[in-house]
Amino acid sequence: MENITTSEFKIIEEPKKQLSMNPKKFAMWLFIASVLMLFAAFTSAYIVRRAEGNWLYFELPDLFYYSTVIILLSSVTMQWAFFAARKDNLEMVKVGVGVTALLGVAFVIVQFLGWGQMADQGVYLVGNPSGSFVILLTLVHGVHLLSAIIFVLIVLNASFKLKIHSKSMSQIEMCTTYWHFLGGLWLYLFVFLLLNR
Amino acid sequence: MATVDIHAHPPVPHHDDHEHEHEHHHGNFWTNYIFSQDHKVIAKQYLITGIIWALIGGTLSVLFRLQLGFPDADLSWLRPLLGGWIVIDPATQVGKLDTEFYLALVTMHGTIMVFFVLTAGLSGTFSNFLIPLQIGARDMASGFMNMLSYWFFFLSSAIMFTSLFISTGPAGGGWTIYPPLSALPQAISGSGLGMTLWLVAMVFFIVSTLLGGVNYITTVINLRTQGMSFSRLPLTIWAFFFTAIIGLLSFPVLFGAALMLVFDRSFGTSFYLSDIYIAGEALAHEGGSPILFQHLFWFLGHPEVYIVLLPALGISSEIIATNSRKPIFGYKAMIGSMLFIAILSFVVWAHHMFVTGMNPFLGSIFTLLTLIIAVPSAVKIFNYVTTLWKGNIVFTPAMLFSIGLVSFFLTGGITGIFLGNSAVDIQLHDTYFVVAHFHLVMGSASFFGMLAGVYHWFPKMFGRMMDDRLGKIHFWLTFIGVYLVFFPMHYIGIAGFPRRYYSWTNFETFGGFTDLNMLVSVAAIATLSAQFIFLFNFFYSIFRGRLAPANPWNSTTLEWTTPRFPGHGNWIGEIPSVYRWPYDYSKPGAKEDFIPQTIPYSETPESNFPHENELIKLEMSNGSTIVVEERKDHGHH
Repeated sequence: MENITTSEFKIIEEPKKQLSMNPKKFAMWLFIASVLMLFAAFTSAYIVRRAEGNWLYFELPDLFYYSTVIILLSSVTMQWAFFAARKDNLEMVKVGVGVTALLGVAFVIVQFLGWGQMADQGVYLVGNPSGSFVILLTLVHGVHLLSAIIFVLIVLNASFKLKIHSKSMSQIEMCTTYWHFLGGLWLYLFVFLLLNR
Repeated sequence: MATVDIHAHPPVPHHDDHEHEHEHHHGNFWTNYIFSQDHKVIAKQYLITGIIWALIGGTLSVLFRLQLGFPDADLSWLRPLLGGWIVIDPATQVGKLDTEFYLALVTMHGTIMVFFVLTAGLSGTFSNFLIPLQIGARDMASGFMNMLSYWFFFLSSAIMFTSLFISTGPAGGGWTIYPPLSALPQAISGSGLGMTLWLVAMVFFIVSTLLGGVNYITTVINLRTQGMSFSRLPLTIWAFFFTAIIGLLSFPVLFGAALMLVFDRSFGTSFYLSDIYIAGEALAHEGGSPILFQHLFWFLGHPEVYIVLLPALGISSEIIATNSRKPIFGYKAMIGSMLFIAILSFVVWAHHMFVTGMNPFLGSIFTLLTLIIAVPSAVKIFNYVTTLWKGNIVFTPAMLFSIGLVSFFLTGGITGIFLGNSAVDIQLHDTYFVVAHFHLVMGSASFFGMLAGVYHWFPKMFGRMMDDRLGKIHFWLTFIGVYLVFFPMHYIGIAGFPRRYYSWTNFETFGGFTDLNMLVSVAAIATLSAQFIFLFNFFYSIFRGRLAPANPWNSTTLEWTTPRFPGHGNWIGEIPSVYRWPYDYSKPGAKEDFIPQTIPYSETPESNFPHENELIKLEMSNGSTIVVEERKDHGHH
């Protein structure tokens, strides 16, 4: 290089490459942010409305405690499947993801039965807003959980096609993130309802 | 163990891989123009749909201005268009606009203009078109989601459009759809099927906005080309970025509010309803609060103002700098003020609710927060003016519309300071003063931003130029027309005219304003007519306009480095790298009065500032970021 004069050469600066992450994962987080805003709207509306009085007090269904345990368990199995995928333990991935899907369905059923327990107390969708809010919150959360169950089934399908392993983690990673988020969201809603009946 | 497909995905996918040769898609008509995933085609779809909506929204406003300006006129000549909505008095044979249809006209005008034109038409067009082109990306992060975003918007548009033609008329409760009026079908005909369709359309609209917004944010963060750091982003991109974030955080709240309204309307809940009697009969709804809806609605509604306005401000920043041939004054201050506006937009919503019986102490807090918005807004105005100051101004139609935007933003912004005061607002609330304020500051300003954007980027969109002279005629007629429409409204509003009233002829007090109202209506008709000059210019130029040069405005940003008709993928070969900020206009010592972002500092020793020379030396000494190549004969960059 020493014998070459610079006039014969063009110097091209290579600017720094931009930091970036997987766009799909990032988009997933943005979606979670918007779901969070939806529930922030509902729960703050709940607080504002409750502060105005004329608020019916009733016991939350016992079944909601069971559903809380179920969804926490499902988060454990989901995380277990995720770790198994990272260790290329493919049979365990199938089991973990499959059990998560079953627990998810069980959660939705128990929530539905919980509405029955509310009805036994005489609390329906129509009536004092305190009951309507509980049904609304569980319903909208349940709809999101159904979307997550579909996602889990897609991952289950992919795991049977052996498409999920330590070199191909982003799908199961996104699914795990969404599942934990909805579990955490339910925990927040449940504690919120317990504290603000 | 079973076989595993080990096509090892790298931890970070090469979504912006420069090496991979761009594959050319030769699809059919359907994949190229209808269900296209190319951001440029989607942008044009948004633009054309937005233009159609603007025409409908503008026509609706002229219809109700006819009623307001000429309350005694015989409107039976409109029967071919409006049919039964023109009620003929059997005794006098005079045709009058149906009173409930008048409310529907006002409602649909607001809904269409705010959401379908200035949200979807503006953000949808320019975020889609400019984000990949100006940051150096081949397309959006997800072309499929982007396509879905447009088609959800189309579905929403189709439903809203259908609602204009049903026998009970479209939604009539105002664009803010306050319950209980909007919740009770028995209240007015506009709360029946029309309101149901309104809500369904808005749900799809929100889905569309969120799909778009997620894409815009992801693309800006993840798909910038080499060298395109955040401090080198054009202000357009900053504006679209903030807009998308605001939308992502506020539209879900509107979704929640609308969902609860749907429950109240269709399933008998009482979130918003309590103690209501209709025709002497008590309704079963008990225990709800209509104020709750207002809180939720305005938590979206106020940020929505900035969702509409920020893209227009970003577009005008870019156009004013380019056509003043000067760097934008206070680049960082512009970003900072937009960020500040975006944050403040979430904490001022209750200034729309000063007369709802709010605690006066709370009112004073919201007054304070509202008035603070004047600070970043003033920063922006000063920066526009100081950019223009002693600039070598080129008066293109885009530049004229951008300057018009600054004028409207100032005129309309000043009245915002009046309205933001809770004490003054009690007098001015729901009068034409409010109508004048938001039509200037948000409606007209954003509209001018949109028109400026169309004039400026038309050559990149369609490869041809729009006619300059027609553009200037369009500007002057519209600019004067808008002021003639909205300026008199301040006086009408201070006199106490309420919004949304069908007529004032029964009030003696308002007799003195008949002529002024007539002037407003005539100006509105003239302004709408002037838009046909634009429509002709736009559609004629798509097919017959002069072929555009590669960089018609001598601009620095990346979109002008693409071919005249960029294909899907935008650049043939490598995506260009970026070496400098986008506002190197009239740099002292430079050969030309602009240096594109793609020119490295090492090629411009004559105009580098000392610290920029230092930057090259620094990069040369560590060796790793520098490549030495043999000079090509045709080595012009």
